[in-house]
Amino acid sequence: MNTTSLSKIAWNRIPQARFAMWTLIAGEFVIFGGLIVVYLLNRMKYPGWGEMAMHTNVVAGTINTFVLLTSSFFVVKAHEAAVKKNVEKVKFWIWLTILCALIFLGIKAYEYTHEIHLGFTLSSPALLEQGKHVETLYWALYYTMTGLHGLHVVGGALALFFVMRNVAKTKSYFHRIEAAGLYWHMVDIIWIFLFPLIYLIH
Amino acid sequence: MSTTHENKGFWHRFFFSLDHKDIGLQYLITTMFIAFFAGIFAMVFRIHLAFPDYHIPLFGIIDAKEYNILVTNHGLIMVLWLSMGILLATAGNYLIPTMLGTDDMAFPKLNKLSYWFFLLSVIILIISFFLPQKGFGGGWTLYPPLSVGDFGYNTPYKTFSDRFFSSNTFVLLAIALEFVALLMGGINFMVTLFNKRAKGMGLLQVPLLVWMIVIASILFMFSVGPLVAGTFMLLLDINAGTGFYDASRGGDPLLWEHLFWFFGHPEVYVILLPGLGILAEVITTNARKTLFGYKFILVLVLIATVLSLMVWAHHQFVAGVDPRAATVFGILTIIISLPFAGVILSFLATLWKSNLRLTLPMKWAMSAIVLFTILGGFTGLHLGAALFDMYAHDTSFVVAHFHYTLIPVVIFAGMAGFYHWFNKFSGRELNQFLGNLHFWLTFIFFNGFGIPLFLLGLAGQPRRYAGYDHIPYLSEGYLPLLREIATISAVILVLSQFIFIFNFIWSVYKGKKVTSNNPWQSTTLEWQTSSPPPHGNFEVYPVVYHGPYEYNRPGVDKDFLPQNQKI
Repeated sequence: MNTTSLSKIAWNRIPQARFAMWTLIAGEFVIFGGLIVVYLLNRMKYPGWGEMAMHTNVVAGTINTFVLLTSSFFVVKAHEAAVKKNVEKVKFWIWLTILCALIFLGIKAYEYTHEIHLGFTLSSPALLEQGKHVETLYWALYYTMTGLHGLHVVGGALALFFVMRNVAKTKSYFHRIEAAGLYWHMVDIIWIFLFPLIYLIH
Repeated sequence: MSTTHENKGFWHRFFFSLDHKDIGLQYLITTMFIAFFAGIFAMVFRIHLAFPDYHIPLFGIIDAKEYNILVTNHGLIMVLWLSMGILLATAGNYLIPTMLGTDDMAFPKLNKLSYWFFLLSVIILIISFFLPQKGFGGGWTLYPPLSVGDFGYNTPYKTFSDRFFSSNTFVLLAIALEFVALLMGGINFMVTLFNKRAKGMGLLQVPLLVWMIVIASILFMFSVGPLVAGTFMLLLDINAGTGFYDASRGGDPLLWEHLFWFFGHPEVYVILLPGLGILAEVITTNARKTLFGYKFILVLVLIATVLSLMVWAHHQFVAGVDPRAATVFGILTIIISLPFAGVILSFLATLWKSNLRLTLPMKWAMSAIVLFTILGGFTGLHLGAALFDMYAHDTSFVVAHFHYTLIPVVIFAGMAGFYHWFNKFSGRELNQFLGNLHFWLTFIFFNGFGIPLFLLGLAGQPRRYAGYDHIPYLSEGYLPLLREIATISAVILVLSQFIFIFNFIWSVYKGKKVTSNNPWQSTTLEWQTSSPPPHGNFEVYPVVYHGPYEYNRPGVDKDFLPQNQKI
């Protein structure tokens, strides 16, 4: 059917996966941007929110920040290995990244358990009974923001896993490591925004 | 990557094909299917407003609750599914790769996934009609607390499953899924434009329609994000007991209005831009002239895109926006009409002293310009001024205004595109008589519906009321007559679309086969391949030498010069 081969068309002026990933990242930032703006506006309006922020576990948050930053380093190493087309090294560094993701989720789960134990939940009926209406919103937004971010951690880790498996099987598609890695950096950077907002400002 | 799909049968073609042309047609059929419901809804509630005692076939005499459900779903379907489904998804999928002279989208599988999400959103929306509430009835803007609670419904929410399996939740899920679908489509459009243009095609030699769809997709992406977050929060409000929009819990219902309109106003331009793109293609082809000010239009549209992110609060003048902020939003709203006035003037300059061919698509295109500019855009200036808006807000004037902005763009420009490209995607010709009949009925009865609504609005008829019997001044003088004219026109307007559907189906199967691949003698690349294009679009991939609109160029023997033809 097509007599001219596709290579005759001017393809790939910008690496395709990278371009699409940056676009996706821009979209994700607007979504989290909306949440962060809502958070900041309410935070400035209600002093009670600062009080609630005291209940977050700063040590756990700091460890988690460290874990995510380290995982970003691992992803860069994986990308470096992918450029050299070294499948074994790619696998090694991606597994380390996924391990970091699991540690992050584990610590987050520990934090959630502790907070739920104290009566801070999505709807926080205990606070409502004390008449602290506005304060329930803090926890609602806390769970929304960190929960949505947590889902992105899961999604990013799954993406890395499937891309790595495919690379290991086919010994090609190395450029996909870069795209998945970019996504992983985005997950990391969103946390860098959330961490001071939720844990550090009192 | 893309495998052959030729002659694979209906099921394969319409559910699993990765070919962008098939996906474009899937979008077209799905949106037409769902818009059919929205049209019927409009007919039913208009009849109820003018003739409250009339027993409507299949619906009976509708009560206030049913009225709310019909109006809400009419609005939701028309704005979110029909407008974007036709102008972004259908036009984008079918035309971008063919106009760029390439074989398919940058990511065919992502494209397929995007359609599946769209289909899923339509299915979930339809399921919402069969849940205990029989459809969501809180207004298409989904303002809390109407969208959170069980206001006005028979079945109060008690358990989690009551809340989850409610029309509220399902409508929100459908909207979220549709946004996901269009975000994926937008990424695809953008990467395709930048990466897969035919050899030799510079960025400023791309047909304007492609630019418009891509800019609209970018605008969609940047405006919809906060609403995605807001939808997530609203779903939690319904299902998890949070109080983001609940004033008694320190939340703020206005927050939703801000998040909604931060998307909702750019959305108007997301719809308008592809419409303008279609007009540019149809007008240059039929005026036999090059487009006046291609770069000028692009710059104006980019300015308008940025401005459109800063005007949203003009929808909330009466909802409690600071008057100082209202002044700023009012001024910006009036300023944003300038770039679009510039685009329309460019179109008029293109028509100036041209060898006009008054074909059927051209009739649609010219009436789109006239209706959009004179009655839609101009009344928008009035509403942009906060003082006038406070008077006209939530009256039929606003209803008439936004129908005069959206219908010229979606229906008139959309139909211009449909009649223009029909023989390309079907390989057959439409029946011209039925086409003309459809055009004139739509044109006359659209105005018959819209103009009375302007007058009724100025007389103080509120919108979203399920009947006016209890308002004495609305039953006096000529006002009931105006309502009846509007209703009869609306009914004929909806019914005349069945002519179009009949013409479409009949012509696809029985229409005359096209004799030429380029019947309009157009210059862009999609006309330089067979009708319908083969899988892969081109037998020989074109090389581009010119800009997109080389008509009546001196020194060329024909009056048009295709993009891929050397002089």
